[in-house]
Amino acid sequence: MGKYVRDLTIKESRKAGSDLQLITLFTGQPFPGFLPGQFLQIRVDGSSDTFLRRPFSVHDYDSSSGELKILVHIVGNGSRTLAAMPPGESVNAIFPLGNSFTMPEKGQKVLLVGGGCGIAPLLYLGRKIVENGIKPQFLLGFRNSSVMPETRPYSELGELLIVTEDGSEGEAGFVTDHHVLKEGEYDRIYCCGPDEMMKAVVNAPAALNAGCEVSLENLMACGFGVCLCCIAETVRGNLCTCTDGPVFNSADLKWGQPGISCG
Amino acid sequence: MIDMTVDLNGLKLKNPVMTASGTSGYGTELEDFFDPSLLGALIVKGTTPEPREGNRYPRMAETASGMLNSVGLQNKGIGHFKEVIYPDISRYDTEVIVNINGNTIDDYLNITGQLVSMDKIRAIELNISCPNVKMGGMAFGTHSASAREVIREVRKAWPRHLMVKLSPNVTSVTEFASIAEEEGADSLSLINTLLGIAIDAEKRRPKLANITGGLSGPAIKPVALRMVWQVSKAVEIPVVGIGGIVSSDDALEFIIAGASAIQVGTGIFLDPEAPVKIVKGIEDYCKRHGFSNTEEFRGSFEDVAP
Repeated sequence: MGKYVRDLTIKESRKAGSDLQLITLFTGQPFPGFLPGQFLQIRVDGSSDTFLRRPFSVHDYDSSSGELKILVHIVGNGSRTLAAMPPGESVNAIFPLGNSFTMPEKGQKVLLVGGGCGIAPLLYLGRKIVENGIKPQFLLGFRNSSVMPETRPYSELGELLIVTEDGSEGEAGFVTDHHVLKEGEYDRIYCCGPDEMMKAVVNAPAALNAGCEVSLENLMACGFGVCLCCIAETVRGNLCTCTDGPVFNSADLKWGQPGISCG
Repeated sequence: MIDMTVDLNGLKLKNPVMTASGTSGYGTELEDFFDPSLLGALIVKGTTPEPREGNRYPRMAETASGMLNSVGLQNKGIGHFKEVIYPDISRYDTEVIVNINGNTIDDYLNITGQLVSMDKIRAIELNISCPNVKMGGMAFGTHSASAREVIREVRKAWPRHLMVKLSPNVTSVTEFASIAEEEGADSLSLINTLLGIAIDAEKRRPKLANITGGLSGPAIKPVALRMVWQVSKAVEIPVVGIGGIVSSDDALEFIIAGASAIQVGTGIFLDPEAPVKIVKGIEDYCKRHGFSNTEEFRGSFEDVAP
């Protein structure tokens, strides 16, 4: 798959939760498109403290309009600067990067589990799963209702289950407290969120007989497999999250690394 | 007509721009962005006799205008290079230079011995300056007697171009440059990364699992320029400048300081097309200033008072 380095124009940017910004970018000339789970490396402004590119997963993409959505978790200078950029400005991006989630087979029962900003790649994944004739189930967890983005895009694609730690929306607790992860039966579970959450999800009773894929967000410099900084420890040795991932079969991961927060 | 070629002490390069070891894999990773044959040389990632998994994650931390890395020479070993990589990258119409590493002098000689039979490899870059490995690496490059011994032994075993990559983590870089020249190095490349640490104040923890790492990026450019200037005055052999080069202006500064060629490293992470843009930028500069070759202004900055 070819890679592109382009200046993408910001078409729209709006607050999507207390620390989330939903940004719509125009990808320009037609290109083969994105696979679900892929990401972009965005150069925010190249200033001294936002020196390296930042990885953002494809939140949604419409090939007919060329519009791409990213969900930015505002955690540091890079994300804060990006979130403050007005429509009309542009950012340089390298894309599409990384592997992708494996599509389920016809008739399979699938659950998409997201935590916090880790819900970002699950919308585009859900859309692709629907295009393949399967109705997915979403289980999304947040700290509280104030950090939640609009969830209608998810509920339009499939059944939506919400969990918040304080019970301000949906059921109270963690995603792993939800009965679907205790008693549900699935062929495939897709998961993205903080490492501790993903570890718990892939060990939940419902996940034991399902094929589980998780999307990692390791610290990276290049995004295209040359710096070897973003490695995941796997049964096949150290692999690059940016090129061998970000999607991994959970059975391949050794989870040997400290938890990394989103952003 | 601009002649972009460089004669690096007998090693002919089509232009002065190379990729720095550890920042462009084996060159194949760059094919998504440009044809690697457009560059003066590709310096492929640091290679050891045995496969290495490198250091634990996290291996990088962003710092002001730069980054620290503690990758630790993760690579699949010289055997994999010989069987899988070398046959593939031999198709490139440019010089492929292998950056060699080891824990012991025998390790360096082991790799060198295997590379001798690979005709396409006309040069090696002897890395005695990696800050991220416990044995070998910088331990050789920061101790003068060890540096002399490893260069001398590799020199005996390697009949073609020998480039020695110097560490900036020394009191006098010219001392090591002179040792390399005395022991028969054909060229010098500098600088490798500067040893540093980064701390997460909230957690009171190091940001790198390895605690220390190598600093690279524009943050180190003034240090690199100063060292290239000092070294190019101290030795007769050509100097290859490395350190924070992200644009053709940066590259030109190194040439004006005395470098015959340059390597782009961390700049590739920012813009994977940077190396080819730098080639073009140097060519444009030559046109604007009426130079037919970079040699005409190399080391010229002291000719004119500011």
